[in-house]
Amino acid sequence: MSDAPTGPMRETVLHGTHVRLGGRMVPFAGYDMPVQYEGILAESRAVRTGAGIFDVSHMGRFFVEGPDARALLDWLHTADIGERMPIGRARYGLFCNEAGGIIDDGIVYRLGPERFLLIANAANAAEVLAWARRWQAERFGGCTLTDRTGQVAMIALQGPRAVGIAAEVTGFDPAAVRPFHITEGTLLGAPGLTARTGYTGEDGVELMPASEHAPALWARLMEAGAVPCGLGARDALRLEAGLLLHGHDMDATVNPIEAGLAQFVALSAGDFCGKPAVARAAADGTARTLAGLRTRERGAVPRPGAPVLAGDAPVGQVCSGGFGPTVEANIALAYLPTPIAVPGMAVQIDVRGRLQDGEVVPLPFYARPR
Amino acid sequence: MDLPADRRYSKEHEWALHQPDGTVLVGITEFAQHELGDVVYVELPKAGAQVAQFKQMGEVESVKAVSELYSPLSGEVVEVNTTLKDSPELVNESPYAKGWLVRVKPANPAELDALMDAAAYASLTA
Repeated sequence: MSDAPTGPMRETVLHGTHVRLGGRMVPFAGYDMPVQYEGILAESRAVRTGAGIFDVSHMGRFFVEGPDARALLDWLHTADIGERMPIGRARYGLFCNEAGGIIDDGIVYRLGPERFLLIANAANAAEVLAWARRWQAERFGGCTLTDRTGQVAMIALQGPRAVGIAAEVTGFDPAAVRPFHITEGTLLGAPGLTARTGYTGEDGVELMPASEHAPALWARLMEAGAVPCGLGARDALRLEAGLLLHGHDMDATVNPIEAGLAQFVALSAGDFCGKPAVARAAADGTARTLAGLRTRERGAVPRPGAPVLAGDAPVGQVCSGGFGPTVEANIALAYLPTPIAVPGMAVQIDVRGRLQDGEVVPLPFYARPR
Repeated sequence: MDLPADRRYSKEHEWALHQPDGTVLVGITEFAQHELGDVVYVELPKAGAQVAQFKQMGEVESVKAVSELYSPLSGEVVEVNTTLKDSPELVNESPYAKGWLVRVKPANPAELDALMDAAAYASLTA
């Protein structure tokens, strides 16, 4: 998952904290980021049973403001960013090109009548910003797009204890900020945003203080019992939760229907970029569909690129795969011919020449108890 | 770092420990398990297989990566640590004891002289 850097290595404001804590640093999307501290399995367990904190300051944070802000985002994003989207709501969706291919996925948060926050993946942030600016210049001139990735940090606090720790440390009120909502308030006395979102399959919040306040907030969250977690645990947890990773599980050659993301595409609401192509895929069906795979026994780990077979015929390849620390099994995602992408279908995964028996299973692999 | 003085070490971070019955136990070092991170799968030769000194004998997989295992000596594999199939984490938790990999009947016991003692290995990984 460590993507090659495209320029000089960047650091988040928490870089020094990671190094001091003994984080193992790796290049990811141009940033020097911790892949783990104590260990990926221990960190994953902490998030499933207690609380973990992740530095996600490398993700792109773009503020969109002005009379055309809502219309611009409604055009860019597949979810319904309509007039009636309440202030304080967050919506997950895709950013598609005109052919319906997925440029990136991300969350749009409504902060005010004409004020929004858009969060994009680190690896795609520059591309999404340039693409958004092109549409803004062409059709939605009545708004501004401001990249505050460097000025605003982001710490994901996730796990069954996360909301309690947020309440203790920042005064967060979980009754007032339901899942997939955001609030503007204070974090340790300084202005900051708290979103009830995440990428682990657990309840939790994403805290966005001004960058200079992030190290103090991180330290306070640790004192309250949150365990520092790296990109390794983040990847393992999101895969178990059936959450896709752009660049692995979807890209510009894939449309949201194939990716199993139809519920995040508002075909009956306003227009969005790529809508005719996505609507066609939804109406006609697709030749391939993203499927969850689980191997029968613990064995060699299926990793991206491993061929998937049905009968003796190759039918696809793993796009994300690994050992699921909570489900305690090897799990993977792969695009398969739609007739095969059905739970219960027997498949084999060729892991470096060793065939692992498995089957298609429903997603997610893991759902938290409620 | 914990480094038992009773055994020999290879530069590929395996250890070899002579047993009273003349066989040699093989495992990976504390340094290696720490570098690998959480081990989730170990591929070992089968009992009866021949292994050759410094040649690949298997693979160890952590959550993030696959690494090759090299035998620190030549000989016949007489026993494999089958508990690793269901509990590969023993390689992390107990690399010098419960997380041993294979037991080898040495073809040439003098080969162990080509390996490092604890002090030499300690300076390699310092």
